[in-house]
Amino acid sequence: MTKKIEAILREEKLDVVMAALRDIGIVGMNVIEVRGHGRQGGIELVGRTGSYHVDLLPRVQLNIVLSDHNVDRTVDTICKAAQTGNIGDGLIFIYPVDEVVRIRTSERGRQALTYAGDIDTR
Amino acid sequence: MTTINTGDTAWVLFATALVLMMTPALAFFYGGMVRKKNILSTLNLSIIVIGLISIQWVLIGYTLAFGNSTGGLIGNLKYAGLTGVGAAPNAQYAPNIPHLAFAAFQMMFAIITPALITGALVERVRFRTFLVFVLLWATFVYDPVAHWVWGAGGILHKLGTLDFAGGTVVHITAGYSALAFAIVIGRRRWFGHAPIEPSSIPFTVLGAGLLWMGWFGFNGGSALAANGLAVNALVTSNTAAAASAVMWMLLTWRDNKPSVLGIVTGAVVGLVAITPASGYVSPLSALIIGAVAAPVSYYAIKLRQRMQLDESLDVWACHGVGGTWGALATGIFASKAINPTGANGLLFGNPVQFVIQIIAVVLVIAFSFGMTFVIASVLKKLIGLRVSQNEEEVGLDISEHGERAYS
Repeated sequence: MTKKIEAILREEKLDVVMAALRDIGIVGMNVIEVRGHGRQGGIELVGRTGSYHVDLLPRVQLNIVLSDHNVDRTVDTICKAAQTGNIGDGLIFIYPVDEVVRIRTSERGRQALTYAGDIDTR
Repeated sequence: MTTINTGDTAWVLFATALVLMMTPALAFFYGGMVRKKNILSTLNLSIIVIGLISIQWVLIGYTLAFGNSTGGLIGNLKYAGLTGVGAAPNAQYAPNIPHLAFAAFQMMFAIITPALITGALVERVRFRTFLVFVLLWATFVYDPVAHWVWGAGGILHKLGTLDFAGGTVVHITAGYSALAFAIVIGRRRWFGHAPIEPSSIPFTVLGAGLLWMGWFGFNGGSALAANGLAVNALVTSNTAAAASAVMWMLLTWRDNKPSVLGIVTGAVVGLVAITPASGYVSPLSALIIGAVAAPVSYYAIKLRQRMQLDESLDVWACHGVGGTWGALATGIFASKAINPTGANGLLFGNPVQFVIQIIAVVLVIAFSFGMTFVIASVLKKLIGLRVSQNEEEVGLDISEHGERAYS
């Protein structure tokens, strides 16, 4: 089975998380800049006088598609690298993926996901 | 005796260029504070004023402000189309530079003043109505007040009002007109319900920096000569701006964190306050004028916010209130030791000057607020002041100009 990990992270944690993932052999990912808020609902920013409330904060969304058996290790790695212990550290969502196709070769499934030196060959 | 001095002429021409630059600088100062869907619209409100008022000033503006006085209220049409305004000096206004240089320098003041008002009406004004408003406002508010204060024979000039570079003529007229216009046009949609976040504080910082530099021409150039008085005006301006910026930093720091937007706002407010006083007070007095200007405008903004009034970019608090403080401060700190052609203020044993300043301030506030309220109300009835709700939500860049700032 193939899974997709969608991790919402603090912008400033992206570099650390990517380095940690590289260390365990995650070679492919993409990143989207997103804005949002959780239960705490935004932050106060300083204005000309006093402050004003901003609802949506900048975050990054990290997308990784990988095989089932690597999910736990990857999620642990992300959590460890991205944690600050404060409100707003983000969330990770995990979905099943029906199919993966590598456009260059039309390979499908596991073959489309494996690379020399990736997490499965370590 | 009129003899053209080339050094004086060179300085006034350069100062004219510096003051022209202040209007695009103001465009960026304001543009950075609106949402990104309205940034082009906001920039353009200032830029188009350069176009409109340059024409208005040549045709009738200059002569209404500086033509021969008609009862002290308005200039006659002697200089309409700048007829007779040329290379020869005008002994009444500046015997050392070409009359046309004086008219050009004054044109830049006539341009930036209505541009200041735009901070009150951003993100919702209908562009074509704004064009009509600017022409009416320049003709019926700015030109008369400039004549009262600066025109030979103007009522406030005869009274002995001191306004070196435009505390009443520029800042009080713009600030109180902004207040009146904001009341008539009403709040932006969702004001107070959804956050309105500045699109680019860096633009605002850039604009403030260029305004600060341009102000050396605004106040220093108002000496109309390259002399010690010009230097005094430049140094007092810089001192007041610095004192006000530092004070504003402390105010935001006490309430929160030292705000960059606050610090540059403070600098502008200090420059506003010193404008009428710059050629009459010492650098030490300027330090006090700037340091007091910051809290005065700071709490004026807080008051405006508490009243839920959407005078969007605080033209009233910064220019109206800051300018009022500056005009009154001129009556307190003015000293003949600095400028023998001026007068002594309250601190130098002449309380009458303070009373004169109060009279000028009250008259200019009442006239600017009242006239603008009437002009805006009439335009509202005849052609409408605002874009539609949908156009406002889409943003004026697209709905009024069919352009967007960023792809």
